[in-house]
Amino acid sequence: MDRTKEVATRADGALQREGRAPQIVLRPPTDIFEDAEGITLQMDVPGAARERLKLQVNRNQLDVEADARIDMPQDMEAVYADVRATHYQRTFALSSELDAERIEAALKDGVLTLRIPKRAELRPRKIEVR
Amino acid sequence: MFPSLTGFDGSLFDQFRRLQEEIDGLFDQGPSTAGIRSVARGTFPPINVGATADKLEVYLFAAGLDPKKLEISLQQNLLTVAGQRQAPPSEAAIYYRRERFNGEFRRVITLPDDVDPDRVEARYRDGVLHISVSRKESAKPRTIPLN
Repeated sequence: MDRTKEVATRADGALQREGRAPQIVLRPPTDIFEDAEGITLQMDVPGAARERLKLQVNRNQLDVEADARIDMPQDMEAVYADVRATHYQRTFALSSELDAERIEAALKDGVLTLRIPKRAELRPRKIEVR
Repeated sequence: MFPSLTGFDGSLFDQFRRLQEEIDGLFDQGPSTAGIRSVARGTFPPINVGATADKLEVYLFAAGLDPKKLEISLQQNLLTVAGQRQAPPSEAAIYYRRERFNGEFRRVITLPDDVDPDRVEARYRDGVLHISVSRKESAKPRTIPLN
């Protein structure tokens, strides 16, 4: 556990700061892992397409928002629903060794992958013992 | 997406007893009858089911699947969807969070008896598997003329 750094703490409560009407928000399940070059986030946002995805970095905060849209017949009646909302939202605090300018995002089959590289000068170097 | 889902019509649930346990609000109201094939909340993938006069629409919210490896079958009125999702192993990586589903899944959905097993369509788009099952002609509501 001592290796766990506060690289991506959740910062909920950012939800209604823009004075929007309260809305049911889905918190997409996320995997986060780190390697020598950076941190990768993978998020399940089924139903979200590229044009309904909003990624924003504000200071050291990464905001992910997406809307799912599903084709449904007009006259459909709900019979059963595990999923009761269509808005995904999640916020992560970045840490200073990450280069937020160079985040790469890819969306495929409802999985959003974000790659956040570490600043080159801050990547771990191996120290030779002489 | 599901504006109609908020105004649930209780009578509809009678046909779908197996799902009853999972419905919000019923949890705290004492013992309820669990359907024989019902699963625990949070089981992957989440499912929505809707009905129109001539079709049943089943939506599985399953991002990142390989459609070729999906197995969908309908036997009588039992719809079974099985598949797997394996996260690619990343070597030399430290995981901080592993919230996404990883492994094999199988879900069985009891549809009403009037579905036609020969007319099923399935498509996978943006991580949502949509299965559309037609109902039998004879089961559709008919208008009865008054003489």
